[in-house]
Amino acid sequence: MKTFINFVKKEFRHIFRDVRSMVILFGMPIAQILIFGYVVTNEVKDAKIAVLDLSKDEMTVEITNKLTSSGYFLLVDNFKSEDEIELAFRKGEIQEAIIFEPGFAKKFVKDGKAEVRIINDASDANTANMLANYTSAIIMNYSFAESGVNGASGQIIAQTRMQFNQDLKGAYMFVPGTMALILMLISAMMTSISITREKEMGTMEVLLVSPLRPVQIIVGKVIPYFLLSFVNAISILLLGFFVFGLPVNGPLALLLAESMLFITMALSLGIFISTIAKSMQVAMFISMFSLLLPTMLLSGFIFPIENMPQILQWVCHAIPPKYFIVIIKNIMLKGTGFEYVWFETLVLFGFTVFFIVMSVFKFKTRLE
Amino acid sequence: MVVASHISISYKKVNALKDISFSVNEGELFGFIGPDGAGKTSLLRILTTLILADSGSASVFGLDVVKDYKNIRKITGYMPGRFSLYQDLSVEENLSFFAAVFGTTLKENYDLIKDIYIQIEPFKDRPAGKLSGGMKQKLALSCALIHKPKILVLDEPTTGVDAVSRKEFWQMLKKLKNDGITILVSTPYMDEAELCDRVALIQKGEILDIDTPMGIISKYKNVLFEISSDNMYKLKGDIGKFNDTLSVFLFGQFLHFSPKSGRKDTDVLKKYLEEKGHKNIIIRECKPNIEDCFMDLMQSENG
Amino acid sequence: MDQREKIISVKNLVKKFGDFEANKNLSFDVFKGEIFGFLGANGAGKTTAIKILCGLSSPTSGEISVAGFDAYHETEKIKKNIGYMSQKFSLYSDLTVKENIRFYGGIYGLSRDTIKRKTKDLLEKLNFSEHAGSLISSIPLGWKQKLAFSIAVFHEPKIVFLDEPTGGVDPITRRQFWDLIYETAHTGITVFVTTHYMDEAEYCNRVCIMVDGRIDALDTPENLKKQFGADNMDEVFVRLARAEKK
Repeated sequence: MKTFINFVKKEFRHIFRDVRSMVILFGMPIAQILIFGYVVTNEVKDAKIAVLDLSKDEMTVEITNKLTSSGYFLLVDNFKSEDEIELAFRKGEIQEAIIFEPGFAKKFVKDGKAEVRIINDASDANTANMLANYTSAIIMNYSFAESGVNGASGQIIAQTRMQFNQDLKGAYMFVPGTMALILMLISAMMTSISITREKEMGTMEVLLVSPLRPVQIIVGKVIPYFLLSFVNAISILLLGFFVFGLPVNGPLALLLAESMLFITMALSLGIFISTIAKSMQVAMFISMFSLLLPTMLLSGFIFPIENMPQILQWVCHAIPPKYFIVIIKNIMLKGTGFEYVWFETLVLFGFTVFFIVMSVFKFKTRLE
Repeated sequence: MVVASHISISYKKVNALKDISFSVNEGELFGFIGPDGAGKTSLLRILTTLILADSGSASVFGLDVVKDYKNIRKITGYMPGRFSLYQDLSVEENLSFFAAVFGTTLKENYDLIKDIYIQIEPFKDRPAGKLSGGMKQKLALSCALIHKPKILVLDEPTTGVDAVSRKEFWQMLKKLKNDGITILVSTPYMDEAELCDRVALIQKGEILDIDTPMGIISKYKNVLFEISSDNMYKLKGDIGKFNDTLSVFLFGQFLHFSPKSGRKDTDVLKKYLEEKGHKNIIIRECKPNIEDCFMDLMQSENG
Repeated sequence: MDQREKIISVKNLVKKFGDFEANKNLSFDVFKGEIFGFLGANGAGKTTAIKILCGLSSPTSGEISVAGFDAYHETEKIKKNIGYMSQKFSLYSDLTVKENIRFYGGIYGLSRDTIKRKTKDLLEKLNFSEHAGSLISSIPLGWKQKLAFSIAVFHEPKIVFLDEPTGGVDPITRRQFWDLIYETAHTGITVFVTTHYMDEAEYCNRVCIMVDGRIDALDTPENLKKQFGADNMDEVFVRLARAEKK
């Protein structure tokens, strides 16, 4: 046991003495959260819109008011014909145009159905998508409220895909993703690099020739990173709460437990990488391509999975962070408990077991 | 107490070791002498249980390198080719780490490493990466000794180290041998062979000869002369063209020459050289050293 | 006064790293076509001095000229006129023998025809012709070292720096390597060589021994042996280094 404690102590020394490690460990989480939270935000503010109101009844006026008073939109023009819309788009005067069909209110009350068209400047696809979602969300809200008041079951036809992020804040989307990314990076990349570094320096040879068992070497390597990753997870949550006002609606203990599971998964992945990589460079390369990029691109962190081609969607299902992101979104934003995330938890657990088994299978008590 | 029989190993179709057999006695200082790529590192790694041979068997103190590898690891001190130390840890931290790995402490076995450690103790707070080559070597040796191993395996401990540090290092090995530790050491420096009890000369994965240094030298069959003149560069070319030349090699300030005929009479050669315009010619019979023997064995192997 | 042409001239060279003085006031000359042995214990300051002479590092103070160029301002010109080879750096192992030669020839701006002609000569001289298409990784170490040396002098530099060129090489190849060095020196190229083999020190025209950042001895091997009353260079070296320790 003393041997083991000494091993862990040595590992901490390596980390604390290496400036680069320290920056990655403690600088990166903070920087990432702030960057994603503020800079790469998908929050909408004062988007320029124009309205072509072919009905001009109290309902359309009220909807227009709702939109402009939301703070997200800035009404720059009222059009008289559809021709003007295209011109305005070309000139870049507006980002979105909203067209109410003639007799909007009448149709809503009589047929229980009215149509509003939302046209976006799709040259910036992401923003366009977002503006459309915001707009339709506001219109839907109005429609629900209206049908409640009148007792009539009215419906306004517009696309909507906004759920559980009712305030439509960017940080809410990014904090879970960043958390997954950082834990993945620190746990998997840093462990795989630190193990391959010993191989490269030749110290692994000496450790292998010692009575130290491989399990001890591995666990000794992993413990510091487990603790540091956990500290990171907590600091990300604190940062999310204090800087972006992101609440934890569900049970905190569950959230932390799930984080530990995810960290364990990432660590076992890191060990697995180190068993196949011979040098730090290779470990870094594998980590970059198998962890960083997929976590950013295919986990639903930045790009919605539903919008991807079918084949890519299948790939997404093989990416552990995807499940973790679902879990934290559920717990933090929806406030649900274990009964709603058991499947994802099981998948993560499966990944963990898989990587551990693979590592044990591949780890050699000898050199290559 | 180290026995290897018929060991072979190959990497990517290249035979690194071909049917190697030898045995080392307890308490012996045994050297594997040969150039880089001869297979020394592979051999030592097989004995320290780091790699498996393709065929053949080996044992260390009666323990089989495949089945009993765990027990071998407890009694072995190993110093790999590169000084494998943690560059970012200080001298003292390295030592106490390796002590802990073997379940011991610096204090417990201080006596054994005292003589070596005392030389680097003034720098005990310095990171290992900032030590000079000679000091790294001493630290690595201390680390390999910290658990009082029965057998010490050193892979090219003196490569890239200056002549003085090398001499000091061999003195330390001599002392450890006197403490009863069996030592296996590999080196590309032929002159170090004479410091071992017995040596195996290795070239291209094969053992050319195993014997005491004296034994190897006594097997040298050719007559050997050392020759010098005022123009060494020309001398070598001229002797190369001499009709009785078996071999001629640069050797420090002399050329080592051996005649095909084995004749000890050098008048013909001297006359030949004088005709070529050499002055201050010295020709005298000399004793071969390990390097002469090695080159002779290499040539008979190739020829 | 020596009438030979000075190819390297060093006067009062000092190199400091912070408080640490790696080179303490070195002064020496190296002549054209000379084999100049540069010896010293690890950490004596050899590498630092060589880096300065190769134009890779600039001195703290002193007058240094290499191949007629100033070591402060004309490092690019120095680099064009020297060749360099070390045990560690040699050749690209994933390129063939021929590709390596062509690459290094190209770096020094030799014309395609010159490279072609010289490559042929070089391969013939080394008996390498049939291996021209072999990958470097597949040829034995001794050959690699010989090839690396030939490439280092391929552009006919004025000086070639060899940093422990024969480490770990078998004794026969080691001697063949020295034959190459002799040949090169005879064509007028100055050879500046470091080694840990003391018998190789005897092969040099003059030997300079560094101890603790200073030059403690500089002369022909013969004179050094006389001066220290020693039988061989090994003894000379050990005596100098030991004296320092006391």
